[in-house]
Amino acid sequence: MVDTTSLQINLSDTLRESVLSIKEEHSHIIFDIQPNAIIDMVTYLKSKKGFSFTTLIDITAIDFPARDKRFQLVYHFLSMTENKRCKIVTAVSDEETVNSVTSVFECANWFEREIFDLFGIKFSAHPDLRRILTDYGFEGHPLRKDFPTTGFLEVRYDEAEKRVIYEPTSLTQGYRDFDFLSPWDNPSLYKNTIKNSKN
Amino acid sequence: MLDNKNTDKNTLTMNFGPQHPAAHGVLRMVLELDGEIVERVDPHIGLLHRGTEKLMESRTYLQNLPYLDRLDYVAPMNQEHAWCIALETLCDIKISKRSSDIRVLYCEIGRVLNHLLNITTQGMDVGALTPIFWGFEEREKLMEFYERASGARLHAAFFRPGGVHQDLPTNLLEDIFDWAESFPEKLDDLEGLLTENRIFKQRNVDIGVVSKEEAIELGFSGVMLRGSGVPWDLRRSQPYETYSEYKFSIPIGKNGDCYDRYLIRIQEMRESINIIKQAIRKLEHTAGDDVLVRGKFTPPKRDDMKNSMEALIHHFKLYTEGFRVPKGSIYSCVEAPKGEFGVFICSDGTNQPYRVKLRAPGFVHLSAMERITKGHQLADVSAILGSLDIVFGEIDR
Repeated sequence: MVDTTSLQINLSDTLRESVLSIKEEHSHIIFDIQPNAIIDMVTYLKSKKGFSFTTLIDITAIDFPARDKRFQLVYHFLSMTENKRCKIVTAVSDEETVNSVTSVFECANWFEREIFDLFGIKFSAHPDLRRILTDYGFEGHPLRKDFPTTGFLEVRYDEAEKRVIYEPTSLTQGYRDFDFLSPWDNPSLYKNTIKNSKN
Repeated sequence: MLDNKNTDKNTLTMNFGPQHPAAHGVLRMVLELDGEIVERVDPHIGLLHRGTEKLMESRTYLQNLPYLDRLDYVAPMNQEHAWCIALETLCDIKISKRSSDIRVLYCEIGRVLNHLLNITTQGMDVGALTPIFWGFEEREKLMEFYERASGARLHAAFFRPGGVHQDLPTNLLEDIFDWAESFPEKLDDLEGLLTENRIFKQRNVDIGVVSKEEAIELGFSGVMLRGSGVPWDLRRSQPYETYSEYKFSIPIGKNGDCYDRYLIRIQEMRESINIIKQAIRKLEHTAGDDVLVRGKFTPPKRDDMKNSMEALIHHFKLYTEGFRVPKGSIYSCVEAPKGEFGVFICSDGTNQPYRVKLRAPGFVHLSAMERITKGHQLADVSAILGSLDIVFGEIDR
């Protein structure tokens, strides 16, 4: 039986230092760890008998621009033998490079390429860190919160030049970001309004 | 486009797609060939990238639901399902038995829709032209069932957080049952064209073999995993909805080749018919029950809206502001026809998701393309690609 206590007991000393917290939520065991321990942690979870999180389900990232360590990497694993899921989260800053887990899980390759492409997080020792989803020669990282939804460039076929050309985005109608969040049912918003009106 | 890159080794670099009929949409693959033998495969994806995940960050949870249809547009409702389950778990909502059974019914219809398309196009990739016409006739009937329930043949937006949009119209269940009675015969006809067909077997047997260990290592799910002999199906091992009440078996492959995956898909369709019939029988017992959990999460009834101002305001607020989802993150997944389709939502407590990640099974399967194809003949590339069952809506997102 895999649960948070058995995991806590079985962690080696070196790993225990890098694990910030372990909890269980929505039938996932969640490890919050230091980014430099990622390889050790996934190797441990994969090979340790009784856990065998042998399937890497997904790797993704979340951008929190206000935080010191801007990005949060999220790794999802599945153990078919224990019928259990777990999740590793780790916070990384803008400049930090993270160790690639491709040496442990082959299928991490494209997931990490995607994160590199959309967030600009670099992975060290990755065999083939290229962009994957965006256009050839694309600049910027679209899933960062400071990247506008409308983008910077648009393409069209130019009849005169007989080829597809890139132009700065021009919108006939400005992009409208509707804020429907009601202040009535949302105490935090309501408090902000009071504070603002006093200022 | 051909060019001789390395003359002393005499390998040839070739572009496969993005306009190749066997590329199943917009896949560009750069192949490196030594004579007829494939030495390197580099799939270039993203030609259908629409930035779904970015768009979802600026829309309410309900507005985001139709985006899910547009991922794997071959079996749309299965994708919606993952989204709804994620929200229901995060908000701790329990849906009614009737809506749950309707979901099961339509998920299985989706499975048949998907497998019909996959098998017949796989047949076409290796030279059989008839199956696709026979298969699409059946798909057409199924899409009519989609239309009668939701009003749309493809992008249904029928599953809603809290249940399904509407109850099924009269006679629909009878018609689905009649179809389910007649379908196995059509499936036999299809099998007659392919299963023992000499050419089809020559092109698929022992092609693209994936061992049990490899399949797990490569992160496979769904048919790709079961084809290699791993008995894993989320409907059975981590049951969601009312699947635990249904009797069905899970076909498992032996050799892990393209032919086994074909056989499993055929068998899964037969099991789906089984489940569809059970679902119809269950739905007969719950006729008349509400299919939505009424509350802040879902719209009020039409009658109430005509008589109650509060209900009218509720309706207006739901479709403009939407509902708020508690802070937290969740990963929910369903056994989509192609494999494990997962939704990861990170909520900041407002009416729009802070971050959504859509985990598409096809993305993982395609990433293993080089590993599977290496050492095969050029002609096998399309057979393998066909058996991977990829749709670019979900891979490129």
